[in-house]
Amino acid sequence: MSRGPRDKRMSIDEVVAELRDGMTIGIGGWGPRRKPMALVRAILRSDLTDLTIVSWGGADVGLLVRAGKVRKLVYAFVSLDSIPLEPNFQRARQAGTIPEVVELDEGMFQTGLRAAAQRLPFLPMRAGLGSDVLVNNPWIKTVTSPYDDGVGHEELVAVPALRLDVALVHLNRADCHGNATYLGPDPYFDDLFAMAAERTFVSVEEIVDTAGLTVDTPVQQVLVDRMMVSGVVETPHGAHFTTCVPDYERDEKFQKAYAAAASGSDQDWAAFEERFLSGDETAYQAAVAAFTAEQQEADQ
Amino acid sequence: MSDSPTHDYTRADVCASAIADAFKDDGEIFASPMGMLPMLGVRLAKLTSNPDLAISDGESLFLAGVPPLFAKAGPHEVVEGWIPFRKVFDVIAYGKRHVMMGATQVDRDGNQNISAIGDFAQPTRQLLGSRGAPGNTANNRTSYWVPKHSARVFVDQVDVVTGVGPKRAAAAGPGASRFNDIHRVVSNLGVFDVNGPDHTLRLLSVHPGVTTDEVQAATGFDLGDLTDVPVTREPTAEELVIIREVLDPRSLRHREVPEPAEESTR
Repeated sequence: MSRGPRDKRMSIDEVVAELRDGMTIGIGGWGPRRKPMALVRAILRSDLTDLTIVSWGGADVGLLVRAGKVRKLVYAFVSLDSIPLEPNFQRARQAGTIPEVVELDEGMFQTGLRAAAQRLPFLPMRAGLGSDVLVNNPWIKTVTSPYDDGVGHEELVAVPALRLDVALVHLNRADCHGNATYLGPDPYFDDLFAMAAERTFVSVEEIVDTAGLTVDTPVQQVLVDRMMVSGVVETPHGAHFTTCVPDYERDEKFQKAYAAAASGSDQDWAAFEERFLSGDETAYQAAVAAFTAEQQEADQ
Repeated sequence: MSDSPTHDYTRADVCASAIADAFKDDGEIFASPMGMLPMLGVRLAKLTSNPDLAISDGESLFLAGVPPLFAKAGPHEVVEGWIPFRKVFDVIAYGKRHVMMGATQVDRDGNQNISAIGDFAQPTRQLLGSRGAPGNTANNRTSYWVPKHSARVFVDQVDVVTGVGPKRAAAAGPGASRFNDIHRVVSNLGVFDVNGPDHTLRLLSVHPGVTTDEVQAATGFDLGDLTDVPVTREPTAEELVIIREVLDPRSLRHREVPEPAEESTR
């Protein structure tokens, strides 16, 4: 009897127990879209500190910087889309509470992850040339092309590899071995995060058996393969309040409440934390359900 | 349909047709508008001057049709391709793209800032971040849209250079300047390119009802001799019908560009 690949199911707390102070953690998704928020919330509850966070940022970044978890932030933008400026990130930047920031062009960010995924020290790119990305990050160097492409030996940005200790990503479905599918319109860069990282933990809406992954879904949507994955966690609504279509859309009402609290007084934020972030993931989801019921009542 | 000008238009309509004109000679490329008026202008161009434009739903689909502003792409929508973020970056490098971005600041040299106001180390106002501006300006045609022209937006020098203007690109070498192509800056007052002296901003036209003095007063640097600056063309009757009946029947454009109180063109 064949034994098959190993079962990598874990709990949220078991994933966070694998993280260490000072680690470089990549967070998948994009802005306010399909973010591994249940894992982010668990980091908020932990004692972890001095993290380097690498993210095309949304509320994941906002929450972590507000909680003082971040020593260094690598980003190209931080946005909630329907609310363009992330208030917790904005506040932290303006107060100077993030000790080190690396703001990149969003394509450079992909190239940096690609370099890491391909185990290269850098990859060349035009993006960044002439911009203040190179002024504000003087450690990012240029490289001269060894080839004359008709315009001489071009000087290009040597985008440094964005190597990650750990990648955290959230997808729609996975099997217990770590094969995972996205069911929405955009894969984002979760496979690239996984390959740029030493270890990757995948949270999903639902764990299904392997056959279930492709029974009603084209195989091309298996984005993350098990060889890239160290652990799988089932976290229904684990991307809340970011979008995780077709399972659910972004919770705009909740996002509005989050942004209002984040840009309000310290008491406003403390009340938000107390109501939503003081318990575990089950308590969070229950508090969100109560919030949603309240909103629906108010609408009637 | 007659193309004869009519005075039954708003400033927002003028902006939409001026934005459409920025895309009319682009040929078969991916038109990427950021924000409401750019989206309206691009879709107007696709329905009039440049049907070859490829447009997306702003998420991950190339749309064959031209839906109204902010219409949810439903199953009725014909899709002609897939453009998730990873492919957007490929197309940027490939170059067949024209993006119209916003600009919290744009300066004399055509540099744009959407990153931060003040000192980057600890800004007085943190904005979005660089987003794709450095890559856009190094690779594909880039224009900017400014809904509220003021001396706080049109500054002598931006605080943080995210989008790179032609002078900075030239200084960074051919790798940076080879595909740098800052095409138009369209505001609620007028239209600029970067073909002024030493590749600085040049006022190409003022919108109907706007004077060059007004534009200069709302600009934080000297625009030079403005005596011969023409007036932006009026939207055609065809364009007005398309804007009102097809693309923006809810009149959302007037939230972004309200009709000026005094020099009303209605």
